[in-house]
Amino acid sequence: MTQLERQQWDVVVVGAGGAGLRAAIEARERGARTAVICKSLFGKAHTVMAEGGIAASMGNVNSGDNWQVHFRDTMRGGKFLNQWRMAELHAREAPERVWELETWGALFDRTADGRISQRNFGGHEYPRLAHVGDRTGLELIRTLQQKIVSLQQEDKKEFGDYEARLKVFQECTVTRVLKEDERVSGAFCYERESGRFFVLEAPAVVLATGGIGKSFKVTSNSWEYTGDGHALALLAGAPLLNMEFVQFHPTGMVWPPSVKGILVTESVRGDGGVLRNSEGKRFMFDYVPDVFKEKYAESEEEGDRWYEDPDHNRRPPELLPRDEVARAINAEVKAGRGTPHGGVFLDVSTRMPAEVIRRRLPSMYHQFKELADVDITAEAMEVGPTCHYVMGGIAVESDTAAARGVPGLFAAGEVAGGMHGSNRLGGNSLSDLLVFGRRAGLHAAEYAASLAARPAVDEIQIDTAAAEALRPFSAEAPEDGSPVENPYTLHQELQQAMNDLVGIIRREGEMHQALRKLAELRMRARRAGVEGHRQFNPGWHLALDLRNMLLVSECVARAALERTESRGGHTREDWPSMDRAWRRVNLLCHLADPTEGLAPPDSERGQIRLVREETDPIRADLLSLFEKEELVKYLAEEELYE
Amino acid sequence: MSTYDASFRVWRGDTGGGELTDFTVEVNDGEVVLDIIHRLQATQAPDLAVRWNCKAGKCGSCSAEINGRPRLMCMTRMSVFDPADVITVTPLRAFPVVRDLVTDVGFNYTKAREVPAFVPPKGVAPGEYRMQQIDVERSQEFRKCIECFLCQDTCHVVRDHEENKGAFAGPRFLMRVAELDMHPLDAASEAGLDRKATAQDEHGLGYCNITKCCTEVCPEHIKITDNALIPLKERAADRKYDPLVWLGSRIRRRDS
Amino acid sequence: MATGTEPSPPAGTGTGVHDASRAAIAPRHLRTDRWWLAPAVTAAGLLAFIAYSTWRAFANADYYHAPYVSPFYSPCLADNCAPMRHGPNAEIFGSWWGLSPALLILIFPLGFRLTCYYYRKAYYRGFWASPPACAVAEPHKKYSGETRFPLILQNVHRYFFYFAVLVAGVLTYDTVLSFRDEHYRWGHMGLGSLVFLVNIALIWTYTLSCHSCRHIIGGRLRHFSKHPVRYRLWGWVGKLNERHMLLAWASLISVALADFYVYLLATGAFDDPRFF
Repeated sequence: MTQLERQQWDVVVVGAGGAGLRAAIEARERGARTAVICKSLFGKAHTVMAEGGIAASMGNVNSGDNWQVHFRDTMRGGKFLNQWRMAELHAREAPERVWELETWGALFDRTADGRISQRNFGGHEYPRLAHVGDRTGLELIRTLQQKIVSLQQEDKKEFGDYEARLKVFQECTVTRVLKEDERVSGAFCYERESGRFFVLEAPAVVLATGGIGKSFKVTSNSWEYTGDGHALALLAGAPLLNMEFVQFHPTGMVWPPSVKGILVTESVRGDGGVLRNSEGKRFMFDYVPDVFKEKYAESEEEGDRWYEDPDHNRRPPELLPRDEVARAINAEVKAGRGTPHGGVFLDVSTRMPAEVIRRRLPSMYHQFKELADVDITAEAMEVGPTCHYVMGGIAVESDTAAARGVPGLFAAGEVAGGMHGSNRLGGNSLSDLLVFGRRAGLHAAEYAASLAARPAVDEIQIDTAAAEALRPFSAEAPEDGSPVENPYTLHQELQQAMNDLVGIIRREGEMHQALRKLAELRMRARRAGVEGHRQFNPGWHLALDLRNMLLVSECVARAALERTESRGGHTREDWPSMDRAWRRVNLLCHLADPTEGLAPPDSERGQIRLVREETDPIRADLLSLFEKEELVKYLAEEELYE
Repeated sequence: MSTYDASFRVWRGDTGGGELTDFTVEVNDGEVVLDIIHRLQATQAPDLAVRWNCKAGKCGSCSAEINGRPRLMCMTRMSVFDPADVITVTPLRAFPVVRDLVTDVGFNYTKAREVPAFVPPKGVAPGEYRMQQIDVERSQEFRKCIECFLCQDTCHVVRDHEENKGAFAGPRFLMRVAELDMHPLDAASEAGLDRKATAQDEHGLGYCNITKCCTEVCPEHIKITDNALIPLKERAADRKYDPLVWLGSRIRRRDS
Repeated sequence: MATGTEPSPPAGTGTGVHDASRAAIAPRHLRTDRWWLAPAVTAAGLLAFIAYSTWRAFANADYYHAPYVSPFYSPCLADNCAPMRHGPNAEIFGSWWGLSPALLILIFPLGFRLTCYYYRKAYYRGFWASPPACAVAEPHKKYSGETRFPLILQNVHRYFFYFAVLVAGVLTYDTVLSFRDEHYRWGHMGLGSLVFLVNIALIWTYTLSCHSCRHIIGGRLRHFSKHPVRYRLWGWVGKLNERHMLLAWASLISVALADFYVYLLATGAFDDPRFF
């Protein structure tokens, strides 16, 4: 039996981004002793990179806005694949979640009458995004971080200990969720700094680990986005939902190579930036799909007028949902109308005075100035699609954020699936974090309090988890004489394969190829070895993360192969149109391997089993928010007559 | 696209000691120091410890000292160096080292907890907060802070004097005090907390001798000294060294 | 791991960057640029001014040549001043003062500049090496900053600012007087008038760009929106304040030059070119 440190908590939150911190605040305020565990330093989570804003229908700028309109926009953006109940809760609760941030000290940009200012964004009918310049994510994370600190200050007054009821374990990683029978009993963790293992015993675990972008080569995501929560849930027996939907943000930097993928915020377009190809043409006018035809401007003049007079003009097509814009850019580049570095031009310099650009887009100005030597007030940016967000994720109950099939396991934020359907609207992720982070914390605390007896931690599971985590140190060269695998090389090959074969445009043959490559990488990953010792050893950490990335990548590839249509963040060259019959179909990924990933995997069948599931019909009062003519485009015949 | 081999000296070691280790490593067009460190990890030193997250200057994780100057590795372009230069990369030298380029920045989290949080105004419901843009702009500048702790690292008060760490909050957290004191709706004084006086009495504002190194290193270009620390010193002077203001506040307090 | 990591206790082999807890790096800094240049130039500049102003302040001679009075001797507060027609004679100190009258008045601009936030940085770095440059270890074992006597007195900067405004007012008056000829007839201008004009402009902009001024004019407010006029003034002072260092040096040089110009006239080494 492994001797290691153990602590008892009521709720363990994995991840300290927006969703994790909001969950922790809620759980602690509901009386649960709560531990937060995060891979990075406290306050560095990927949420800081969110730029545009938090979508909430407060109606501060245009009083026509309300939750029904927000709900409608969200469903349209997700091509009606969204778990409609989540979309409803999200639209209803987002304003309260934003307002409460102000009571914790957040300082959003203001309207002339002193309320929270809201900005336009792709797919949102009204100006809806509460923002602070283009660093809204930083404001969100800092506000939540400072709220945590203020709760700790209360505990210090009451108990003499800052960490009596709320503690952050920073730079620690969870490698396994522990269970007794079906129920969650804790989490197995290691501390990055020392390499020591420890166990947090808790009846409720909230996964809030974010996304999977580090499985792709060109990505806007940080190193933490290795799909840890997705994999932990799979390994714990919970299914993942609709993993084929991966959002490629239309505007990432394309030059220089070392910053390729870094995000260029959508606010650039919301505030007036336009997309042009190498011939100088505003090509987006050629790419407005039928379902959106009536909602977007048909001429440049009308589009330009919209910025000043949105009530009497239609918005420019640069503000179409992200999937449309990303595909359009991809097509332009492929047709030979791209920029020298393989993107298109995004220009604000000819549309706003330099002073306004610097004020409204300060971090974009600095990012380009310092990383690419481009002055965006004087020249156009070069941009192209970059892997940004995964709509798929852990299948959860809409109201409680509880993962399906594993009592005690909850998920919120990007790691949870369903809310955004096939494509997420900009601004909806920060509001998602807050709404469902709070719900996850609330229900996790209630669940923990409702148990008569706590599930016990299984010693064998601990020993197994420890052995699994130490395996990279004892990796031996295979008998055929090939060397121990370098985890960095494996990671690069995985990223290249996913980018090339399961990227923005997908083809059946390439995805078969991807699955074969993944099988090969899985075998090689078992031989991944590391040098040195356990203390802060990034090679070791990467070797452990590889397991998660490979699992999640297989989910994406298998689900993408299965869905024979194009919708939102899933585009099949061989199935180019949206198929109404697929709207009701959810693809669930289950772990197929009965040893839960411990035994050498079968290279042919892989580790993932797909299950098709039909969704519940959309509630009638929500359906009645749409015009019949619009519904016809999305819903199958039989759904319309119900 | 041009490529050359650069000479790097990277500090490797831990609490038990260490040394500057020489590497020769490939550099390509448009790369930053962090790219080079990653290349070292991938090709020559897989266990080289380094913190990083976003690689876009937004998270403040990859702080280190490059040629002796505190900087973010992701925002230091290789093009600022001559290909013949030897580039030295060390961990932050004001904090205890953990391993290689990673230091224990716990000091900053301790200090963060010592600054009393925002006090919401009584009787103002969520959604009812009204603030003018010109009133929030000063605090917004400070909230741009990405907590890279370069200002804390370069500040000689703690960098050169370990014994001052107990009494001195450092530029980042004095700026936090200023941010809250300038917040248009912070109700600390109604709750009996005088942030102006405690800046000096509890957070060590007097240790700052405004030599501006914090402002020099700030990757967010926040004017820490001119806009936060000096105004805070003036506010403390209002409270403690200006008899007229002191008297006035006494009389007003008696009135209310 | 947890956020509660206490700062490690002072221990071990050295202090500061050589504390036992820090990365073991022998050199006290690794900067490769010419970091010593800025403090060296600062120190040299300040020393030059100190030398010059000491000589001129104690000289008690050659400070008046109608219609110009050296800014070092204005206002002249003692009985033993040279009589200046309509000039800044204010004999509030009476006849017992036997030393140079410059010493009486120079205390105020000296105090203003000595406690100025820019000059503090300049001499802490240039003279006291605390720190000599960023990330270059300072040579001192102990450091208490401005927490104790005498440096806690830096907090009185705002009072010197008030006096500095008065002095600047007098120097403005002197500048007006410089638009006379040597027979005190109005409506004339010489090169000296121009020198005085430039000097007083720099003195005012330096004085108004002061951090204390910025605080008093509006910085101390919490709600700018309720004080639109002060907010606008605060904005202007802020713009000047960004150039505080530049103005500090420019006005230091200009005041010395104005004095030196009067000295040249008074000693007869140079004849004031008259424009009209």
